[in-house]
Amino acid sequence: MADVKNNAKKEKNGNGFWRRAWRAMLIPILAVVVGLLLGGVMIAISDPVVLRGLSPSPWLVVSSGEVDPAIAIDLQTALKFHGNELQVGDYLAFKRGTGYVFRQVVEEVTDRDTQIDFARAKDRAPNLEAGNVAIVLSFSDRPLFVFEAAGRAVWQAYRALFIGSIGDPQRIAAGWQTATSTGDWLAFREAMRPITESLVTSIPYIFAGLAVALGFQAGLFNIGAEGQIAIGAALSTYLGYSLTGLPAVLHLPIALLGGMIGGAFWGIIPGYLKAKTGAHEVINTIMMNYVAFRFMSWLLRGPMQRPGAGKPVSPFVLESAYLPTLFGSPLRIHAGVFVAILAVIFVWWLLYKTTIGFELRTVGTNPNAAKYSGMSVARNIVIAMGISGALAGLAGANEVLGLNHFLAEGFSPGYGFDSIALALLGKSHPLGVLLAALLFGTLRSGATSMQSLAQVPIDIITTIQALVIVFIAAPEIIRWLFRIKAAGEEEKTVITRGWGS
Amino acid sequence: MSAVTTATSQKLVLTSAEKRRRFLFGVIFLLIGALIFWLFALESHPGQYTTFGMNPGFTSEAPEIPDLTFPTQPVLYVLAFLSLFMGGWQLARGFKSIGVMFGIVFGLFVLAFLAWAARDSAFNLVGMLQSTLVRSTPIALGAFSGVIAERAAVINIAIEGMMLAAALVSVVVASVTGVLWLGLIAGVITGGILGLLHGVMAIQFKVDQIISGTAINILATGITGFVVKRFFIDPNINDKFNHSQIFPPVHIPLLSAIPVIGPIVFSVNVLPYLMFLVLIALHITLFYTRWGLRTIAVGEHPKAADTLGVNVFKIRYINITLSGMIAGLGGAYFTIGRVGQFDEAMTAGRGFIGLAAMIFGKWTPIGSLGASLLFGFADSFQQKIQILIPGFPSEFLLMAPYIITMIVLAGVVGRAIAPAADGIPYEKD
Repeated sequence: MADVKNNAKKEKNGNGFWRRAWRAMLIPILAVVVGLLLGGVMIAISDPVVLRGLSPSPWLVVSSGEVDPAIAIDLQTALKFHGNELQVGDYLAFKRGTGYVFRQVVEEVTDRDTQIDFARAKDRAPNLEAGNVAIVLSFSDRPLFVFEAAGRAVWQAYRALFIGSIGDPQRIAAGWQTATSTGDWLAFREAMRPITESLVTSIPYIFAGLAVALGFQAGLFNIGAEGQIAIGAALSTYLGYSLTGLPAVLHLPIALLGGMIGGAFWGIIPGYLKAKTGAHEVINTIMMNYVAFRFMSWLLRGPMQRPGAGKPVSPFVLESAYLPTLFGSPLRIHAGVFVAILAVIFVWWLLYKTTIGFELRTVGTNPNAAKYSGMSVARNIVIAMGISGALAGLAGANEVLGLNHFLAEGFSPGYGFDSIALALLGKSHPLGVLLAALLFGTLRSGATSMQSLAQVPIDIITTIQALVIVFIAAPEIIRWLFRIKAAGEEEKTVITRGWGS
Repeated sequence: MSAVTTATSQKLVLTSAEKRRRFLFGVIFLLIGALIFWLFALESHPGQYTTFGMNPGFTSEAPEIPDLTFPTQPVLYVLAFLSLFMGGWQLARGFKSIGVMFGIVFGLFVLAFLAWAARDSAFNLVGMLQSTLVRSTPIALGAFSGVIAERAAVINIAIEGMMLAAALVSVVVASVTGVLWLGLIAGVITGGILGLLHGVMAIQFKVDQIISGTAINILATGITGFVVKRFFIDPNINDKFNHSQIFPPVHIPLLSAIPVIGPIVFSVNVLPYLMFLVLIALHITLFYTRWGLRTIAVGEHPKAADTLGVNVFKIRYINITLSGMIAGLGGAYFTIGRVGQFDEAMTAGRGFIGLAAMIFGKWTPIGSLGASLLFGFADSFQQKIQILIPGFPSEFLLMAPYIITMIVLAGVVGRAIAPAADGIPYEKD
């Protein structure tokens, strides 16, 4: 019954590209929104000011000395700088509307009085002057205070996220002014840096996301992207610094190819093991990750260590193997962005326009059907893991050749793991992966400034990603939250079939 | 695929795959023997002596027994010869139980490695064996956690995340309350809650179990990392919330006085004892009680179990929650059983190794324990070798547990068959 109604609705509204795109994107968008909301909750309840407000002893302290009403120091800053050294008698300034309310520390309070008159206040704080406001923070004040502090914490955090990931609109406008009037583009470039940084951070996500998405389409769970990135980076670094005398036209493609080969090799091993022995690729790829980390650790302390450096870093890659930057400093955006877009187009073409892609997708949807129609499931698994690994290896190569120009331990802040959430968010479709990667790059790029400006650890992004995975994998939760009716198709994301086959 | 024995003769008729396998193992045994000969026997000199310490480094209740000192080179020759002999036997006649023989030959190789590494010096064998047991505890608990979940056909890949979260919670509770047992219980409850969450996602929402497990892992990594960086950076908070005692060793009265075995098995802290308790409880309940048999039924053929009146959903929920609780116990080991504080990502993949141990152990508790001991041995072996041979690239030894896991999973030591309905959400219709 519902089907008939749904179909009628679909016919009325049309089933065109945009409608389908909207339907496909709705749940992922909502999942990200809910994830950000929950992240905001985490930020709020872990904020030191909020916790102070919730603690049993409600007295608050702020800067010492005379406070000019025109100069207000808000509580968070004050607590940051003064902490425990403050004394009774110091002043506290709360921003209320457009003005400030001053409160003075009188003493610890456990009773429920909301206000004390001047005489009683003077009793407790002898250096109180007429004209000062002395109110002790009581229980009835507290909920308001806590909410205010919580709101402030979340606002500061997400504002830092925005500024760090996209930029400050005022600065951009000012930079544009300067550039058009004086011809000096430096201020403009500096203002555009956040958004280009987000782009730069998105590039490895695009590759890694494509890698995992391709795996999903073939029914494989490639958690080994992290290790494949590392090995790809290692090989391309090696090619980058050891092949001397090559022109850039040759050197760069060879180095990139090296990254692909390294990653492909690292991906084929668990793929082959799965194809031949049925060993589940989840554990094998995770094990390969750990092996890759240890291997890279050894490489950077041994054969690939930069001579003379006391740290585990590789020699610098030669300039002929650089991915050139596109604009002047301080913008770091490099040609890798073109490689990434090429990769998106390639994967789309491979999956939807070639026979191999069709076979991969069939093996992913129904391996039995694939087998009975003559496709070699084993061969497709190996091919899928190989290409997936190559894409991940490209991510590593990109990071080294385009950004740092040398290899160091821990150069990849979890790209491989994030890309799992990415691929799910993008529903394993190359275009979706591109959009999701841009989002994640933006989030992560903003997270570093969230950490430095608002003291919120980067792990909040990891947590938000996990929540996004949960919401994507169980869309019923989002549907129930927002009262969205199911579109009629069963949206079970079943990807794997147990341990052996 | 199995060999056929005819009624009249004892001669086995093997398939070509099995013949290949027998040949392969024979060659491997010979190779190991050759390695022992070239790498170790030839590299040692006639005058060298190796001492295997038979007494633990700590004060134990067992009487002191003399250390085992032997001349290095002759013993190495003997070990090499034994290995070559077994290789030859395998090629010629073949052993019935290849897995066990491989274990023995591998053991010979390890002994040879140790004897050679400790030539002209001493090496505390008993200490290493005790360290093996202790280090296999979290892996074994992880494996048990996997067994109880997977027997009911719920893939629990979130063991790693459950351990991590439980490690954090248990140390925080133990720090704040000062009572270690409260921390332990808190860790178990944390694991149980995460297990229930995984269950809800997998059973109620029918999410792909690998995805829901991975989500829990990422969630645990994110939240624990967040807590460490947001709160524990402040030394005051770190001292108050992340600084607990460690469970002290408990010497069991009579048994710890047995020489050699006593200090290894009966003088450890409470967590390995709990691990043995869980082992026995799990083995008995799984194979000898009604509930356990129902669990196995649900795992193999939920439809049939359902028609017989077994509540498939309830059994799966109970099992996955218990699985989480056992994983929580394993997680508590890392903090209140070992170091007394929480560091980021301190579980280092032991949850996944536990899953590999479970597969190696063919989804049985006792098998899983055996496999976990192997992995724990690799762990402690790597540490001892780092001490004995300073220049040895330790990174390769650190890789060893993971590579062994992959070899195991590849079925080199026998094919493993999972419960039939593993990973498939149950639909009642």
